[in-house]
Amino acid sequence: MRQRVRLYAAVAAGGFRRYATYGTATAAGVFTNTVFGFIVAFTYAALWDQRPGLGGYDRAQALTFVWVSQSLLAAGAFIGGGFQEEIQERVRTGDIAVDLYRPADLQMWWLAADLGRSAFQLLGRGLVPLVAGALAFQLALPSDPWRWLLFLVSVVLGLVVSFAVRYMLGLLAFWLMDGSGINLMATVVSIFFSGMLLPLTVFPGAFGEFVRVLPWAAMLQVPMDVLLGVHSGAGDAVGALGFQAGWVLVLLGAGRLLQSAATRKVVVQGG
Amino acid sequence: MAEATGTAGTAGTAAATAGPAETRPAREFTDPEAPRAHGRVLEGLRGYGLIVAMWIRSTMTYRTSFVLSTVGNAAITLLDFVAISIMFSHVDVLGGFTLPEIALLYGSCSASLGLADLLLGNTDRIGARIRDGSLDTMLVRPVPLLAQVAADRFALRRLGRVVQGLGVLGWALWSLEVDWTAGKVLLVPVMVLSGAAIFAAVMVAGAAFQFVAGDAAEVQNSFTYGGCTMLQYPPTVFATELLRGVTFIVPLAFVNWLPALYLLGRPDPLGLPGWAAFLSPLVAFVVFVPASLAWRAGVRSYRSTGS
Repeated sequence: MRQRVRLYAAVAAGGFRRYATYGTATAAGVFTNTVFGFIVAFTYAALWDQRPGLGGYDRAQALTFVWVSQSLLAAGAFIGGGFQEEIQERVRTGDIAVDLYRPADLQMWWLAADLGRSAFQLLGRGLVPLVAGALAFQLALPSDPWRWLLFLVSVVLGLVVSFAVRYMLGLLAFWLMDGSGINLMATVVSIFFSGMLLPLTVFPGAFGEFVRVLPWAAMLQVPMDVLLGVHSGAGDAVGALGFQAGWVLVLLGAGRLLQSAATRKVVVQGG
Repeated sequence: MAEATGTAGTAGTAAATAGPAETRPAREFTDPEAPRAHGRVLEGLRGYGLIVAMWIRSTMTYRTSFVLSTVGNAAITLLDFVAISIMFSHVDVLGGFTLPEIALLYGSCSASLGLADLLLGNTDRIGARIRDGSLDTMLVRPVPLLAQVAADRFALRRLGRVVQGLGVLGWALWSLEVDWTAGKVLLVPVMVLSGAAIFAAVMVAGAAFQFVAGDAAEVQNSFTYGGCTMLQYPPTVFATELLRGVTFIVPLAFVNWLPALYLLGRPDPLGLPGWAAFLSPLVAFVVFVPASLAWRAGVRSYRSTGS
């Protein structure tokens, strides 16, 4: 057991270091996230000036939503850039065979690597845009350390939900061979249904109710609400984190089923 | 494998020295058959066409993926617009603009960006090509480098975005009551095409920048995708400094803001006169000058990684 933990910790550290190597790419990403942050913040400011309290947020909370989402964009791989393209490429080229005969679980291996990547991008690509946003706009960042801790737990759960979805998308390469189409669809769905484009609390009526229980809500909307204090009571916070944990279990389980179907299908040719 | 990359490496060194020579007139003396400037453009376009045709054939091999990604490409922009519509379910005007007016901004810039993205959107892959050394192979082929880089992995699925943008633009023009004049009718296609040309110049400049900073491909997204996100909202929403920046430094305002404001009979927040709306083609031409100079400088400074 201890050996396992050490193995996955090493894999995660490798994921962290791998992404930390590309300094210019990180700087470019920070620049882009900051530019987008400014653009979206101005549009939200216009919207919330006209309709204060829309979606249950005041202006400062809405702007916080913008900047924190930009900070989480790379870590959660909402627009791709995680490992799913890589897993698809490995399936296409046959390198996946190497992954399958490693004495480690395929899903846990990629989860560890992906969490390592996320940890780097949370720090490397998250902090600067948030600071820039806080300097330029009045944000509603909480001062209570307990709230930040809850937020961190919620972010980690959100990252695992995001991983679980992307893992299944990666495995689809066993059937589709070329994943670019499915990746594009996945991007569309994840930026829209996570609340990246517009907070899900602003979505009207029954459609709004529906999008708020989907797994994508667990990736961004729930962590944001935990941070903004929408789930401020202890019971509320437990409910929010429980919702995320539920999706973690369901989606990781579904990923395992898909994985066993995929590995039964795979035929490794020598050479 | 090692052997193959080795050959590409040595070929690349030869090409790196041959590359700049192509731009010198001296070549005409060594090769009397050398095509002149317009000939080179035609040659480039022909090469571009051939590579594009090859990629289209290759795309059609994975048909499910092609259909999904074309639909996905259209849906990406459609969901953007759905988000704007959701905003408008709570307000009647945003920054003083109604939904059809914003649809005009959204549709035109989406179609322009889609067109530029379709025709040379993969220029941002050049960083990867420089890293893995495959740019060397391109340099020895008898087709201008820019044509090859622009056609690299040509993705027909990006037509999805163009069609979707034109659809929203059509809806906007149908629901708006514009005082049509001959000039305004002409301005609509001119706006979409010059917008595409401005975005294309940004992409060429972005590709040139990657000769300096290979990993910085994402910076250009700020100006293309970020620019388009900005241009789909009315200029009245943004701070004046930002407006000055996108009018006079990176002239994205000429993609659709100025022409659209003219169509709608609204004044420019920076106080530019109405005829500025017709400057877009000129601006598109002017921005290509620094972009192509940057590209030439980039190619000239290229040193193969040798692997």
